[in-house]
Amino acid sequence: MRLRLVKEQTAFDFFEKWKFWLGLSAVLVVLSIASTVTQGLNFGIDFKGGTTIRAESSTPIDVAAYRQAIEPLALGDVSIAEVFDPSFRDDQHVVQIRIQAQDGQEAVTSEVVEQLETILRMIAPDIRFPSVESVGPKVSGELIKSAVLAVVIAIAVVLIYIWLRFEWQFALGAVGALVHDVILTIGIFSALQIKFDLAIIAALLTIVGYSLNDTVVVFDRVRENLRRYKQKELSDVLNLSINETLSRTVMTSATTLLALISLFVLGGDVIRGFVFAMIWGVVVGTYSSVFVASSTLLRLGVTRDWSKPNNTDGNQFANIDA
Amino acid sequence: MLHIEGWKRVVIWATCALGLLFALPNGFYGQVESYNDAKEAGQEATGWPAFLPSGLVNLGLDLRGGAHLLGEVKLEEVYTTRLEGFWPEVRNALRDERATIGAIRQQEGGPGELVVRIGNPEQMDRAIDLVQALARPVASLTGGMTDDIVVTAVGNTLVVTLSEAEKLATDNRTMEQSLEIIRRRVDEAGTREPTIQRQGNDRILIQVPGLGSAQELKDLIGVPALLTFQTVVGMSSNPNGAAGVGNEILPAADNPELYYILERTPVVTGEELTDAQPSFDPNGRPAVNFRFNTSGARKFGQYTTDHVGDPFAIVLDDEVISAPVIEQPIPGGSGIITGNFDVAESTRLATLLRAGSLPASLEFLEERTVGPELGQDSIDAGKIACLVGFAAVLIFMFLSYGTFGIFANIALLINVGLMFGLLSMIGATLTLPGIAGIVLTIGMAVDANVLVFERIREELKTAKGPARAIELGYEKALSAIVDANITTFLTAAILFIMGAGPVKGFAVTLGLGIITSVFTAIFVTRAMVVIWFERRKPKILEV
Repeated sequence: MRLRLVKEQTAFDFFEKWKFWLGLSAVLVVLSIASTVTQGLNFGIDFKGGTTIRAESSTPIDVAAYRQAIEPLALGDVSIAEVFDPSFRDDQHVVQIRIQAQDGQEAVTSEVVEQLETILRMIAPDIRFPSVESVGPKVSGELIKSAVLAVVIAIAVVLIYIWLRFEWQFALGAVGALVHDVILTIGIFSALQIKFDLAIIAALLTIVGYSLNDTVVVFDRVRENLRRYKQKELSDVLNLSINETLSRTVMTSATTLLALISLFVLGGDVIRGFVFAMIWGVVVGTYSSVFVASSTLLRLGVTRDWSKPNNTDGNQFANIDA
Repeated sequence: MLHIEGWKRVVIWATCALGLLFALPNGFYGQVESYNDAKEAGQEATGWPAFLPSGLVNLGLDLRGGAHLLGEVKLEEVYTTRLEGFWPEVRNALRDERATIGAIRQQEGGPGELVVRIGNPEQMDRAIDLVQALARPVASLTGGMTDDIVVTAVGNTLVVTLSEAEKLATDNRTMEQSLEIIRRRVDEAGTREPTIQRQGNDRILIQVPGLGSAQELKDLIGVPALLTFQTVVGMSSNPNGAAGVGNEILPAADNPELYYILERTPVVTGEELTDAQPSFDPNGRPAVNFRFNTSGARKFGQYTTDHVGDPFAIVLDDEVISAPVIEQPIPGGSGIITGNFDVAESTRLATLLRAGSLPASLEFLEERTVGPELGQDSIDAGKIACLVGFAAVLIFMFLSYGTFGIFANIALLINVGLMFGLLSMIGATLTLPGIAGIVLTIGMAVDANVLVFERIREELKTAKGPARAIELGYEKALSAIVDANITTFLTAAILFIMGAGPVKGFAVTLGLGIITSVFTAIFVTRAMVVIWFERRKPKILEV
């Protein structure tokens, strides 16, 4: 007996409630943007400049005492947060300290770090500093620029590729889904105030890739079915295609999620944010390739000009198969 | 019919075997690492068979621990210094025509400017001509030749600046010198595989694994290079022998057995050098030309006059670079160092001599320290996560597809092996996000197989017989596989181009993972399915 996540034959009508799904997506997008605009993102030092220090001690950490000790240094905005992770030993207490970029200083001053380390050693004599990272405002400004550029270029390249291989309606559908996924991911990082750093940009682009992967598989089937069932309504063709590929969509999401969840639970706290973004992206990406990409395609319609036999529904690039 | 030609099978399995062979050293990381270190040091290398590949996946700073610095070289400082040095020439040229130009006087100028007030502003054109005549040709941006300075008149002053072409040439020289000095300093610390790279126009990235903190690295780079010319008292093979009062024993740079006994007080120091260029001696052997400033030239001239026939030592950072014999007095303040070097070495030496200390100051824009224990924790956690994720996917695939699931699982194992093989072959660096990339690939790699298997299931309903269904399954799934993976690969490529540091590492594993997973799905699983099918010839197929 085989494990089947999806029945052999499915005939869900994915567009019966398309207004609801597109509406839900629209609401989520608006909420994401609203959260990002009002709350902002919890930028890491990669994008904001500043210093983070990871400190480790065998004695339990008293965040208030740390804060009090650091106060006299007048470093401006200092955030201190204890880090918990199942992989830590019993006597392993970790705290993450973040200091804002100091005014008028491009270069990072190690004196500040040294002072801080000295003070903390007075509270916890066995304290160690497994990682100290500083980024000057100049570099962080550039990083943020190139990160935004990377995401925009990725989406543009994808738009062009899908357009060449399919039709412009497909490209818009796919990109609509991508933008949706990216905005929702940024939104949840803003809503939960999870640290947003360079690695998250990598996760965003991976989500772009993953979501696209899903969308393209569905679209590929749509293209095939459009040729096969020339008389069928577009919505029927879309429904059929999504149903036919549903088993694969669920299987792939499941294996990817299995791998990601094991990384999320066991992979340590350093990359947890990164993995969280990807898990979220896989879920949202799977949803969006069905409900956003296909619904958009349905709204836009497809030119079905079959005057010539075996005419492909794209242009001269549509038939390249390898 | 289902068939794969014999030669194709050979190619497929040979590719897998080769990839796995290259991945093999990573299974014995510590062993192979010490073997490679021994080989690099020229010692007898043991512990790993020499006929096997010994390339390893490098571990990034976030996994191995170490220090990372991004520094910006203040290039403009060099312009100012250059123009300062130019002032005596300008003064002499203008002074000769004092009668027409009037009194001249250097004035405080902005950075990268030499400002001279002219007593007789009506004769400004003449003054500009005089100074412009001092210009030296430099290769321009467009390929032709142009002057190295630009002379303009501002009111009653004359302003000399470097031309754009000269600035560019100076920038490149400054960057090369800085890189050379930093490389030398970091090498001194004897750490493994430091990365010292120029980034963009004026930045230098320095990554040193195994170093305790970024501060240590800064201290290391900050020390100025010290060049001295010293009197040679004698030579010795014993580094601990008695040197005598006022003397010291220093090693020779090119011969580990040889030590020089030198007078401690230098004759001249590198601070008095104004220039050093690679050149050739009269016999056509590579050499280095150097030039002292006035006071250096006087001291050097006097010394060489008194010591013809004696050797004298050129010492850089307490190492004797060479100890030539003074063949004749060198009065003009310039000289030539000959030695047992080739062109590359003479170029390097000239750079080092010019590079007494960093030509311009370095401002640190970014610094990161990761302790080795944190890196180790990350590796351990990553390993466990990989194994668990892997096992989960394997079980899941078996439960879903039975025999075919096993094929996909074997392919997945080969896939991860191939990834490591490729990573080792290109000497890529594995970072923490890179590990995440591998885990993600494990999850996504089965996608191509799933696409095919699902398609075979569908085709079984309509096609004539299992063989045809398998064939159609592969055929029809191909376009979806290709499109889906090309788009993902494009995003990986963009990440690689735009990303920095660890993110690049992630892009590399993601991109390679896509290549290997498509290869394993299209060729390896298929080959297994075909072989299985030929042996069993099942009438009914269950996928």
